[in-house]
Amino acid sequence: MASVALSEAEKVYIVHGVQEDLRVDGRGCEDYRCVEVETDVVSNTSGSARVKLGHTDILVGVKAEMGTPKLEKPNEGYLEFFVDCSASATPEFEGRGGDDLGTEIANTLYRIFNNKSSVDLESLCISPREHCWALYVDVLLLECGGNLFDAISIAVKAALFNTRIPRVRVLEDEEGSKDIELSDDPYDCIQLNVENVPCIVTLCKIGCRHVVDATLQEEACSLASLLVSVTSKGVATCMRKVGKGSLDPESIFEMLETGKRVGKVLHASLQSILHKEESLGPKRQKVGFLG
Amino acid sequence: MVEGAAPTAKPGINDTATPRPACLQPSSHKPISKRPQAYLRAPHSHSSSRTGNEIRGSRARALPDRALVNCQYSSATFSTGERKRRPHGDRKSCEMGLQLRQTFEAAILTQLHPRSQIDIYVQVLQADGGTYAACVNAATLAVLDAGIPMRDFVCACSAGFVDGTALADLSHVEEAAGGPQLALALLPASGQIALLEMDARLHEDHLEQVLEAAARASRDVHTVLDRVVRQHVQEASVLLGD
Repeated sequence: MASVALSEAEKVYIVHGVQEDLRVDGRGCEDYRCVEVETDVVSNTSGSARVKLGHTDILVGVKAEMGTPKLEKPNEGYLEFFVDCSASATPEFEGRGGDDLGTEIANTLYRIFNNKSSVDLESLCISPREHCWALYVDVLLLECGGNLFDAISIAVKAALFNTRIPRVRVLEDEEGSKDIELSDDPYDCIQLNVENVPCIVTLCKIGCRHVVDATLQEEACSLASLLVSVTSKGVATCMRKVGKGSLDPESIFEMLETGKRVGKVLHASLQSILHKEESLGPKRQKVGFLG
Repeated sequence: MVEGAAPTAKPGINDTATPRPACLQPSSHKPISKRPQAYLRAPHSHSSSRTGNEIRGSRARALPDRALVNCQYSSATFSTGERKRRPHGDRKSCEMGLQLRQTFEAAILTQLHPRSQIDIYVQVLQADGGTYAACVNAATLAVLDAGIPMRDFVCACSAGFVDGTALADLSHVEEAAGGPQLALALLPASGQIALLEMDARLHEDHLEQVLEAAARASRDVHTVLDRVVRQHVQEASVLLGD
């Protein structure tokens, strides 16, 4: 993870501020920074999204490819995650430097999507045991400004919302061999239902209190964090403690409650933004990377 | 900001039209952090480039009389039509990195920074042909943004030869057709060539025509980059109150 060098005085300043519910940039402990979400930024993909959370910049591209279903789940498609930490984010990610962080994030994403309710995988099946859609979700970290997991989960949800999978039909001829026919109309697509896709809320323990959406400086002051994956109904699906320090069981319960509360609000705003963007239709002005 | 209208009908490879001009819209991205960076967008090809300005090169590789230029090329797995498995570290990325390094060592005044390292990281977000050229153009802007002294802008463009006509700025479809492809990186003021690379076979008689098409396109790119840089400097100086 990109690290920032802080002096003792700066750390004390941050910790004391958090005690009073006043962070360095004036936010409260449960406030997010301004999040910018834009979908459909890369045209080569089935769906894409870009999220800017303060200085953290994430680009997610989803590509839908035809594959064979996994043996233990013959009626379902599947999702594959890959996280690339670009060297542009921090020079530490040059060459293979970003592989560790990338693997950690990808494994977390696999875990939170590993339940039946997040994405309806049966809708990705074309013919059982033979053909299904495999969605390759590729995350690109363009800049690290703290709170990577939250930004990545928001971007993944937005990209899956934006994904358009072409409608296919399976034609069986006399010999019994199957042929897959793609619809002629390029706009005839199926859209995924992302209502139950969870978002990750990271809570960093600083002093006696915990904060949501920590910046790099605040992450440097915190010894332990809790990653909670929350659905739009406020149900926590997955939880993980990260960091070198230890957490009290009491604090874990408090942080879990905060995570659920904050997660619900986050989902509500994200859904409204995504629907608003979609309602603007194909004529909307795309900012892309020039804003 | 409206995304530049993608050219609706790029002349196909069987068209015998005059050499198509490069139509790029680069824009120098105002640094949101203190790191110098630039984002270049050509229709359907995007690449971003960042230069590092921290001091963390390895002492063993430091050169006593000039700066070491280190380039890494990385392209996103979703950048091409077919999903790429490895974003960087494969042969093509390493080769691109070396080519970029060669190009920039020719342009950057490395003697002014002995025992230092200049890192240039280029990330391709979307590729539709001409990735080398887009990378060079983006990296030029990033190096300028970092304030690293250069001899001149480095402007690049690709060119090909189909049916007796030289084509500038090949798209992915045109590159995949298998004709000769030329990549040219030019220092426009002096007309010096920083890098010249050609694939496939081309008759020597046609070389000059293709080279001229690439050079003309590179100079067009230079006009655009120059205008953007001047505009950016003007805006920055207005903000500073000069």
